Amino acid sequence: MEALSPTMEEGRVVKWHKRDGDPVKTGETLAEVETDKAVMDLVARADGVLRQVAAAEGQTVAVGSVVAVIVSPGEAVGAVPAAAAPATPSGSGKREAGNVATVTAPAPVAVTPLPVAAAAEATRVKASPLARRMAKEAGVDLKLVTGSGPGGRVVKKDLERAPSPGASAAPTATAGATFPVSRVPFPERTGAAYDDVPLTQIRKTIAKRLAASLGPIPHFFLTTEVDMERASEAREALNKQLGDQGGGKVSFNDIIIKATAHALTKHPACNAWFQEDHIRYWHEVHIGMAVAVEDGLITPVIRNAERKSLADIGREAKELAERARSRRLQPSEYTGSTFSVSNLGMFDIDQFTAVINPPEAGIIAVGSIVQKPVVVDGQLTPRRRMRITMSCDHRVIDGATGAAFLKTLKQMLENPLAMLL
Amino acid sequence: MANVYDVIILGGGPAGYVGAIRSAQLGMSTALIEKEKLGGVCVNIGCIPTKALLHSAYIASLLREAKEFGVEAGTVKTDYGVAMQRSRKVSDQNSKGVEYLMKKNKVTVVKGAGVLQPGRKVKVGNDTYEAKKAVLIATGSRVKGLPQIGLEINKTTVISSDEALFLEKAPASMAIIGAGAVGMEFANIFHAFGTKVTLIEALPRILPLEDVEASDALAKSYKKRGIDVIAGAKVKKGTPGKDKVTLEVEAGGATQKIEVATVLMAAGRAVNTENIGLAECGVQVTDRGFIKVDQNLQTSAPGYYAIGDVAGPPMLAHKGMREGVTVAELVAGKKPHAIRYDNVPSVTYCHPEVASIGLTEDQCKERKIDYVAGRFPFSANGRARGTGETEGFVKILRDKKYGEILGAHIVGGHASEIIHELTVARENEYTVEEVELAIHAHPTMSEAVAQAALDSLGRVVDM
Repeated sequence: MEALSPTMEEGRVVKWHKRDGDPVKTGETLAEVETDKAVMDLVARADGVLRQVAAAEGQTVAVGSVVAVIVSPGEAVGAVPAAAAPATPSGSGKREAGNVATVTAPAPVAVTPLPVAAAAEATRVKASPLARRMAKEAGVDLKLVTGSGPGGRVVKKDLERAPSPGASAAPTATAGATFPVSRVPFPERTGAAYDDVPLTQIRKTIAKRLAASLGPIPHFFLTTEVDMERASEAREALNKQLGDQGGGKVSFNDIIIKATAHALTKHPACNAWFQEDHIRYWHEVHIGMAVAVEDGLITPVIRNAERKSLADIGREAKELAERARSRRLQPSEYTGSTFSVSNLGMFDIDQFTAVINPPEAGIIAVGSIVQKPVVVDGQLTPRRRMRITMSCDHRVIDGATGAAFLKTLKQMLENPLAMLL
Repeated sequence: MANVYDVIILGGGPAGYVGAIRSAQLGMSTALIEKEKLGGVCVNIGCIPTKALLHSAYIASLLREAKEFGVEAGTVKTDYGVAMQRSRKVSDQNSKGVEYLMKKNKVTVVKGAGVLQPGRKVKVGNDTYEAKKAVLIATGSRVKGLPQIGLEINKTTVISSDEALFLEKAPASMAIIGAGAVGMEFANIFHAFGTKVTLIEALPRILPLEDVEASDALAKSYKKRGIDVIAGAKVKKGTPGKDKVTLEVEAGGATQKIEVATVLMAAGRAVNTENIGLAECGVQVTDRGFIKVDQNLQTSAPGYYAIGDVAGPPMLAHKGMREGVTVAELVAGKKPHAIRYDNVPSVTYCHPEVASIGLTEDQCKERKIDYVAGRFPFSANGRARGTGETEGFVKILRDKKYGEILGAHIVGGHASEIIHELTVARENEYTVEEVELAIHAHPTMSEAVAQAALDSLGRVVDM
């Protein structure tokens, strides 16, 4: 049973449109399901034959439990692992399967129920219902938008300039909802700016358990130390050349942004938004760059950083930061980022952890570059070193996924030429 | 120096008197200059008396159908003169009400024709009044004839609403030129009082500014009860005689001659911008004759503001009232909420009533908006069936993606009252879902609003 509305917890099967053994095509209506709000269509997420119809008409079924299985023609229905699915009234306890062949056994997630403490809404944002819907769709944090309505209420007008990255292209839900996502080619464009991949049961369970255990976003942190010798040398050479051409200088932060964007193209699983009932994997990299302003913090966005040259990033970052400090950023310039970078190196901070900027799934916290004694080829040598810490949203990024991304990032910073590959 | 005020308002119509009250509420000394009765066209020769006459017309038609409801009223006789006298009383009461409000709010009322002078001054006769803060121009508008085709208003055979409101008797026949709100309302009134009415509209449909479905519903309703409706018609020539007028009307490629006792001109209004000293003060007007204003309704002359009809369309009393309030607040140094000109309701009080807000379906198409139309007919509404007011519908146009209410169109009994639910919804940016979620009392006409909202979501219940 799919969640057919954001708040749906269970659905009553009103009528089956397909019967056991009927051939079905992706997108075809399988059944009408009554949710908490309306009667909606439950559609096939894969081509095949409908089998094992487990929910009778009139029966109420919890979201996430199996109502039927779609198999390839002639394929026997395998024993589908039950662990990740909640108990269901039908007692079948089987996973919804887009395509049985792609179902993988759920990872052994600790499923001991935890008392779910509803996270108190941080601060109430005054916004019109229409503005809320638009913000949700665009991934805009309403807390960052200045409202022009009565009493500072955020209204449509305030959001109209906010970005709608996928506005021209309909979000494409990947048929079958198959994991792992690394199958999604990157950065090859499919037309849409992103794919919305419905949460699998294991993802839903991970999301629920972890969120209940550690605040609204289950953070975990990965730290590594990067040798910045080559990056420093490259920067000096580059700035000399840029200086000769009369251009602006490139900062370490620019190099880190560029390397992060590049590394994200290799690890699309980290370039994603958590969207409650699905994860949005972006085909574009928009890097949010944390900038301290007089009474707070704002993250202007370098759009499509993966496609921009270091010099372009440098110019844009400088310009955005200046306008951020003078409070002249448009909402569209500080919303819609897919990943963020926060740098406290200039404050001599060795290492820190940054808080994820939702709905993003990760952020890199950058410490200062310090000369340290390091053993290289058996020799004690002074090297410029920098610690970076990645905060990951565990609902989207698992330990190994985050670590693999961080390793790539480290390699790129240690050998900046790799970015040219 | 006794004639110095913070704010001076020229014109005591809806924009002017409401602006004066708000100005006084904000502690500013205020003078209101009016050459005729307080309340302007609206109270004296517009909104208010026509509503009184329309109610007389409604009672007449109700009594004619009373038998069906088990009430015998005998032969229904109508007397326009009596209805007119009653409407005058209503107008006079309202005008006195405005006078009372001026006293209550300590607004000085100056009777006479004011002429603007440079230096935020207004001259009335030999007296000069000076405004310390602002002069608000609220001189309104008047009906206009079409002298270029021989139809200058002569006040006997060719009349405007100004004369129609004072007729002692309903004429035997009447051609009404212009089927906007005014033409529609008078067609309804005179038809109910026994006049043979021909309604002529130059644009392809009556109520040309409303949604096509509303126009069609009214054309059908009017034709059914015996009003001649000729749309897409050009009046080529009008020849007024002693007690009749001959019109040459071209419609559908053919020219026909129509002979009527009276012609009522209801084709547009002209703003009152002459002889009030605009040019002398540097107040510019637009190509269309309205006073040129900036977003704060300030004219090209600093310290002079324009509100109401003179400030531009829509020429509606409620739009002018809002402008009066807004400018008073601006002048007082407050920061009023910007006026949402896209959220001014439009109402025609004929039977059935027509009320709308926002975009029409055609406008949605022109703007290439991805919309969904939800409809609900009053014939499926229990309350409407009970009262026999099953004509009409509620139509809601919603944005497909976010559910924004792009426009709403209501034809039916009490449409003028029902529309405000959707006006409030739009003002607060509620989507169709918030409208539908609000529990509507049963049985009411307003349920049709919730049902139309549901229909736009594809889940209408009562149909």
